[in-house]
This record gives sequence, structure tokens and C-alpha cells, in this order.
Amino acid sequence: MIDPGFFLEIFPKLVAGLPLTLKLCGISVLLGFVLAVVLALAQQSENAFFVWPIRAFVSVFRGTPLLVQIFLIYYGLGQFRPNLQALGLWWLFREPFWCAIIALTLNTAAYSSEILRGAIRNVPRGLPEAASALGLSRLLTLRLVVLPLALRQALPAYGNEIILIVKGTSLASIITLTEVTGLAQELISQTYRAMEVFVAAGAIYLLINFIIVRALELLEIKLTPYRKR
Amino acid sequence: MTQRRMAAIAAAFMTLVSAPFATAAELPKEIKIATEGAYAPWNFVNSDGKLDGFEIDLANDLCARTKIKCTIIAQNWDGLIPSLQVGKFDVIMAAMFITPKRMETIDFTQPYAIDPTAIGVAKSSDLGKQGPSTEKIKLEDEKAAQAAIDKMKPALKGKVIGVQSGTQLLAFVKKYFGDVAEVREYKTTEQHDLDLAAGRIDAVVVQQTNLAAIFAKPEFADYTAAGPGFVGGILGMGTGAGMRKEDTALKTAFNKAIDEAIADGTIKRLSEKWFHADVTPVK
Repeated sequence: MIDPGFFLEIFPKLVAGLPLTLKLCGISVLLGFVLAVVLALAQQSENAFFVWPIRAFVSVFRGTPLLVQIFLIYYGLGQFRPNLQALGLWWLFREPFWCAIIALTLNTAAYSSEILRGAIRNVPRGLPEAASALGLSRLLTLRLVVLPLALRQALPAYGNEIILIVKGTSLASIITLTEVTGLAQELISQTYRAMEVFVAAGAIYLLINFIIVRALELLEIKLTPYRKR
Repeated sequence: MTQRRMAAIAAAFMTLVSAPFATAAELPKEIKIATEGAYAPWNFVNSDGKLDGFEIDLANDLCARTKIKCTIIAQNWDGLIPSLQVGKFDVIMAAMFITPKRMETIDFTQPYAIDPTAIGVAKSSDLGKQGPSTEKIKLEDEKAAQAAIDKMKPALKGKVIGVQSGTQLLAFVKKYFGDVAEVREYKTTEQHDLDLAAGRIDAVVVQQTNLAAIFAKPEFADYTAAGPGFVGGILGMGTGAGMRKEDTALKTAFNKAIDEAIADGTIKRLSEKWFHADVTPVK
């Protein structure tokens, strides 16, 4: 039933979508991480003026499907073209690529900010206190003590989030982006061989995620030198 | 049971079984035509509960021309070809495309409808200024097709064309405009219509009946069809009436009736009534 020749034929065609898949997840993970750090730190303050809007943003983006978010940002905002043009933002929302980036970034920022918020909370209180006793400024305490410890704590959970975003990029195919899944669907409509094409596409995602998992393991080992034997 | 009686029953049974096939070579006096009844405006059940639509009107016209008494019935799409083969009815007219795959099992008349391609663009665009044309060009006629395409190409240079994925239209756009324009694929035609209205894409390529329906909406008042319609070639062979392979006399009669209906403008009139577009096949 499974024809190896056919696999060899479709594999290069699917790999053609790999750069777009990597660009989508690379850019949105980077931007999302920066946004998540900002959101997590802002929530450390007790100021309700900061905290409530962030809580609302996080619960909306965690509580709705990514598919719906992509649809709303692309087709939903597309209907407000005159308003967006007046704001000078239409160039951004015109392109499906940037709409996908925006949706993925906001989604991952919402999840990651929760991961980081918990990790920052878990840094033992005594450590920042000791740092300030040594005369370190708040910013230096954050950079040298709190964040390194928090990030290391957050790493396994954050690794999960990166993997989810890699898989989430497959939804970009619904807004006309022909990344790996988009190409797979195109190939299926030409060949009617869903089984082989999706197996090959799945293998590509598995490979990306395998590399990410290995890289994160290495990073974790590097960040926890005291555990080395 | 006597032997003679058994023979009589067997003979009666044989005639019963072979009855649907008895008229293979000669023209039948009465036939049943099956449609789906769920694909407006081609064929559908109207508010009075009666079958109605382009194909119902056309079937009645063809029956009158061939002087055959016809009964039109509705039948599930999936069951159309199997039921035709076992003789539950004699003709399929259900917006069914003529494809090589289907022709392995059944036969088709010549096409009675070919829905040409149509390009929808903003009225203010370069292509929009060229305006619509009722001309139809067969892709098999390579010279004429290439000339028409070369005329449109400069206006589409660097533009984004939206088209539904998995369709022959996509193959058409990629083959003829893929070198100058960016082709963007959509799951449904509604999605590319939204993006055309939002200005994300510059053109959509659809079938003329579809474009007529889209542009009937008020938000597309500033949009127009442009250039000629293309048929044939990689776009397929059009819509025909399906028949059993052995019913050659019926096929000949229907082909002749379709020729007449094309020649005297009946198909054009019916298609404008139902689609607001002309789907008359190009001879």
C-alpha cells in the first residue's frame, strides 16, 4: 500500500514549505518571548492598572482556539480596512504572513507570560533581598539574579510551548500561506493520497520538534552546572 | 409444478429482468431522467415541492425535441451512477462533469453546459478598464487562447490572484498566469471574495455562474468581470447527460436535440434565466 518511490517524490515538495514554517515559528517565538517577559514582569507589580488588562488579554488568548484567533485577525480585521488604513496599519494586516505572525505571537505571549509569571514567583524571596543588600539596583537584581533563575525553572514548560507553536504554524495554511501543511493539502488534492502525504508532513514536524527538544535539553544542562556529574 | 409452467415463469422473469435493457438499440418512447434536486440553480426542489432549475427546464426542452415522454425524478448524488446502471432510470442530468474516470463506467452526451472561467477585478484596475467580454475561447485553440492571455498578462503583472485550491481553475491560473502573478489559494470561494473586497488580492478567478452570484452583492459594486471566458483544455469537458453505454440510440437523439438547443439559443436563454451568465457550450 505504501509506495517508497512516492515518498521520495513528495518529500522534496513538502520540504519546500519548511523555510516558511521555520520563519513563522522563529519570528513569533522570539517576539512572543519578549512580550511574555514584559507581561510577566508587569504583573509582578501590584498595580491593578497594569495587572487587569494583562489578565484579560491572557485569558482571552488562552481561552480561545488559535484557529479562531487567526481567522479573526485575518478575515475579521480585513473588514475594517478603511479604519486600519487611517491608522497606517493596513500594510501589516494586508499580508497573510504578518497576520499569522501577529496571531501566533499574541497566542504564545499569553501562554508564556503565565509560565514565566509562575517561575518568577518561585524564585526564593531571600535571593533578591540578598542582592539588594549587596547594593544591586532593581534592574541588576532582575537581570543577574531573578531572571536567570526563573528562566531555568521555566525551561521545560517553555519547551512545550515552543513545540505547540511549531505545530500551530500548520494553521497558517487556512489564510493562504503554503507552509508544510498547506503544501500537503495541495499535494493531496492533486494525488488523492492523503495517507502518504500526511505521514510525510508529520515526519517533517516530528523532525523539527526532535531538534528543538534536543537543543533545549542541552541548554538545560548548560544552565544547571551544579547537576553535572 | 409442471415443466411448462416453470418455463413460463422463467420466461416472464427473463423479460422482467431484461426489460430495462430491451430498448438499447432503438429509441424508447418513455424514459426517466434523474437529477439530484439539491444543487441550485442547476437543479433543486422549489417552494412548491417541485423539481426546478436550469436542468429541469433543459430536460423538458430536450424531451420535447426528441418526442420522448419523460419523467424527472430526484436521486441522491452518490446513487446516481449505480442506479443508472441497474436501470432504475435512463438519463442523469445533475450538473455532472464529463470526466474520463466516469466515462469508464457510463457514457455521456456532448456537453449541454460549459461554465467558462471569469476574472473578477476592481473597476479601477488596469484589467478592469479592459472591461468584460462575452467572448469564449477554447484552450484547445492554442493560438487564440495565447493571444487573449497575452493581452491580459501585462495588466496582471505583479498582481495577486486568488483561486480556490484543489480545482481545475487553480491549474488553469498557475499554467497561464503563474509566471507573472502571485497565485494565492483559498479553501472556499467566499474567502477569496472577502479578500478581494478587503483589497488583499487584486483578482479572483472563478466560474462565470459563480462570479455573477458574487457580483450581485452590493459590496462588489465597484468590481467587474474582465476579459473573455476560457473553456476546455485543462478546465475539463463540461457538463453532459449521463447514459448507459448500450443506449446508443438515445444518446444520438439527445446529441441532436442538444445541437438544436444550442443553435436556436434555447440554452443561452435558459442559462441567462437561471445563472445570469451564458454557459452555452462552444462548438
